[in-house]
Parts: sequence; C-alpha cells; structure tokens
Amino acid sequence: MVKVRELTLNMGPHHPATHGVLRIILLLNGETIEDSKPVIGYLHRGIEKIAENLSYHQFMPYTDRLDYLAAPSNNLGYVLAVEKLAGLEIPKRAQYIRIIITELTRIASHLVWIGTHALDLAAMTVFLYCFREREMILDLFEMYCGARLTTNTFRIGGVPYDLKDDFIKKTLEFTDYFPPCVDDYEKLLTKNRIWMKRTKEVGFLSREDAINYGVSGPTARGSGLDWDIRRDSPYSSYDEMKFHVPVYPEGDVYARYLVRMEEMRQANEIVKQAIKALEGSEGLLAENAPKKGLKKIKKAPEGEVYHAIEAPKGELGFYIHSKGDSNPYRLKIRAPSFVNLSSISTMIKGNLIADVVAVIGSIDIVLGEIDR
Amino acid sequence: MNNEKNVLDELKGKFGEDITETSEFAGDLTAAVRPSKWVEILNFLKIESKDKYDYMSDLCGVDHNDRNPRFDVVVHLMSTGNFKRVRIKTQVEEDEELDTLSEIWKTANWHEREAFDLLGIRFKDHPNLERILLPDDFLGHPLRKDYPLKAEESAKKQEELRAALKGEKVEADG
Repeated sequence: MVKVRELTLNMGPHHPATHGVLRIILLLNGETIEDSKPVIGYLHRGIEKIAENLSYHQFMPYTDRLDYLAAPSNNLGYVLAVEKLAGLEIPKRAQYIRIIITELTRIASHLVWIGTHALDLAAMTVFLYCFREREMILDLFEMYCGARLTTNTFRIGGVPYDLKDDFIKKTLEFTDYFPPCVDDYEKLLTKNRIWMKRTKEVGFLSREDAINYGVSGPTARGSGLDWDIRRDSPYSSYDEMKFHVPVYPEGDVYARYLVRMEEMRQANEIVKQAIKALEGSEGLLAENAPKKGLKKIKKAPEGEVYHAIEAPKGELGFYIHSKGDSNPYRLKIRAPSFVNLSSISTMIKGNLIADVVAVIGSIDIVLGEIDR
Repeated sequence: MNNEKNVLDELKGKFGEDITETSEFAGDLTAAVRPSKWVEILNFLKIESKDKYDYMSDLCGVDHNDRNPRFDVVVHLMSTGNFKRVRIKTQVEEDEELDTLSEIWKTANWHEREAFDLLGIRFKDHPNLERILLPDDFLGHPLRKDYPLKAEESAKKQEELRAALKGEKVEADG
C-alpha cells in the first residue's frame, strides 16, 4: 500500500512569481491544492493612520504609493472623494485631462500585468515588448508633471498643469502606434497552444462567487459580471466617452486575459476621444483650479462620503469621515487588489501548484494597495 | 429631490425604531441601525429589498474615542442590478461584540479581520478572527485615536503593553 500524506508548502513572500511580498500557505495532496491561506501585510505602512494626521493636500503623494503601477488612478480616486466632500465643481478641461492621464495609466498598468503574467508562464518576449511601450507612456507622464512612477498628478479642484501642444502631439502619435502592438501581443499569446493550456479552465471563479467575494474590475468581468464604474456610475465626464466594456462569462484565467487585452484597446480609444473633447474646451480654468481649491478646502464640511472609481485593478474607493477639520477624521481606502485577492483560495482549490502562479498573475495584484 | 421612495424610506417602513438615523449628504444615503438588528437588516437589504444590494463594497471601523459607544462600523453596499449604493452603519462599545457578516458576504471575512486588527473591534462567530495586516505578535490597535503616531512612541507603547501582558501572566501563575 502507498501511504498518502498531505503536505504543507510555503510559497513566498520572496518568490518572484508572487508579484511583491505575498505569501501563500498551500495544503497539498500530491501536487493538487486542497486548501490555501494567503498571508499579507509585509508592506503595511499605516497609510490610513498617516492620512488622519495630514491635511487633505498633504496626503496626495501618499496615494501614489498605493497601487504604484497606476499612481494617477489613485490620485483621481482620492481627489474625487475630497471634491465630493467639499462640493467642488471641476472645470471641464481639467476633467478631460484627468481622463487622458488615467486612461494612459490603465494601459501602462495592463502592460505591466500582461508582461509579468506572461513572463511567469515562461513567455519572455511579451514582457520585453510591453515594457518598450510602457516606457513611452512613462515618458508622457514625465512630460506632463516631471515624474514617471509616483506622479502626484492631480490637485483637489482640478489639475496643476495644462496639456502642452507637444504632449498632445506625442500622445496622438502613441495612440496611432499602440493598437498594432496589442495585435502583436495577441499574436504571441491568444492562439498559442501552450498559453491556452496554461490558462484555460484554470483558476475558475463563478459569477456568484465573484459578487460574494466583492471582486471587481477586469477580474469580475472575466467572470461574467457586466459592471464598469466608468459606464454605470460615470464620474469626471466619462459619460461623454463612447467605449465598449468587454465581458467574458468563462471565469478562468484566459477570460480575464481577454478582458484586459480588449480594455487596452478601449482605453486607447478613450484617450483619442478625450483629446478631441479637450480641443473644444476652454483652456483657462485648468490652470486656475488648484489655487481656488486650496482656499476652499482649508476646512472641509462635516460629513461622510464614499467615492469609487474604476481603477485598472477594479473598484478603488475612498471613504472619508470628516469632522470639519483640515484633515480627515478617518480615511478608509477600499483597495481593489485587497478584495480581489481574498477570492484566491476559491480560485486555486483543486488546481496544481504551477496554476497558482497563473492565477496570481491573472488577478493582477499590487501589494502596495493590499497592505497599505 | 425626487419623490420616489428610496431605500431609506423602505428601511424605516420595515424596521421602524431599529433605524436610529437616516441622512443624505453629497448624494450618499446613510442609515444608522441598532447593533442587535445588524445581520437581519443587512440580510434584508441583500435579498428582499427593492434594489437588492447584493454587492458589499467595503466594511470599516471608525474610532470615536470621546464617545460611548466608542466605535462605528460602516458598511458600503451596492446593487449589481441598478448600481445604486447605500451606507449602513452601527455603533459598538469597546467591550462588546458585533455579529459577523461573513455568513452573508464572504468578502466581509477579510474586512472584519482588518477592523479587528487595526481597531480592535470584535466580531461574534467570525470563522477566523486574527490579525491580517500586522504581525501576530503586535500588541494594541494602531488605528485607535489613543495609539501614538510616531515610531519611537509606538515602540514605547509596544514595550508598555508587553510588560503589562507579562505582569498579568505572572499574576495568573502566582
């Protein structure tokens, strides 16, 4: 008789395929995962405690360090929550600039995702191509605000700088250049037999479980949940943009892959539309907005607000409880990666160890916002 | 203001006295409820209410250290049918437990662990109420208003708490 014994295996926190400092304890039967327990918190910096002790403006740069691959999205989520609290009206031109920058961010974030995800599953070439294109977007950010990664892009009440003609020219060049690149990535992966074997019917998450676990963003749309905050509760003039929200009901790693690939194309289209809209709007307000906002926000009104945006990873929400001071009494960050990651045990149950790597990649986590 | 009955009226009609306060601020709807009806009301919102708030966005605690009961627990719900949102909150005393929501939403599991970890709010019948962001040997709850902000003061506080814990153990042995 062969004696069968369960094995507990520790994965991470310093494992290259866990995208940061994620640790998962796996309970194995052979190579099949019976049960698992994610362990997080290795990057906890107490950002929410810091927020309570800083003024609304001072906290802005800290939001860069949440999802550090998509800093402008975090900035947008934060400023929108504060603006909702203070009742500030944002000039149209500033809204379009915000759309342009955050959609470029979405592309940059998805490029890192597909690059590292494919690298984890041994497709090296895609990674090199993706980082080539991402570099162009980072150059655009540098042109706009001087920083590439932690950009501190927006201000409460508007945006700090207007878009220069040079920036618009370079961005339009990029939007023409980029769609064929996505086709190239797809040529390398979508019909690739190895890729399909590694991703199809792996890491299954049903629509019911997705809702129950509070999963959002591309991960939820890969499970057939037809929901995009940009379309369904639009903010920052997204209602004027025309775009298609890809939804796939299969709920596996491959479906989540298809969703994000299409999202990159759609984000590219939104950038084009926003630039067109920008040309018709007046240029004055964007430059003046932050100063006006600064004055108004010295003391925020008493009250509570929650504002959610569609960040590249999913629903990014800021809950602010204000007691009428110049700093928030309590600020809670609803990080999409934190919530999405909590469903991983369900996804990997019954799969193999190698599939864990595929699943982690497909949720697209960033530990900066999980551990806060 | 629209004349359509919103979820707050629906709640007041159904639960009456157990809804202690309702408000509308910056477009957000808020209802404060009695802690004893916490699970019942949230279950109603998920399954029976008109909008069916089946998606739980977030759960967090708020420390009001100058007030009794000390804590607020705040939940943000959304409907995946019409994407409406509502905020439900309740008050918990420092030495009291609040019923867990992890039976209704699996996502509540981690959120409640976080509230326990950072604020020390305890949830009754939670399957796995342990620290999530901080290390297991951490003492105290740093998001409380009386927990120091600065690193040196925090280290001092840790030492104090550790000494107090040891003292208790010695007493128990003696």
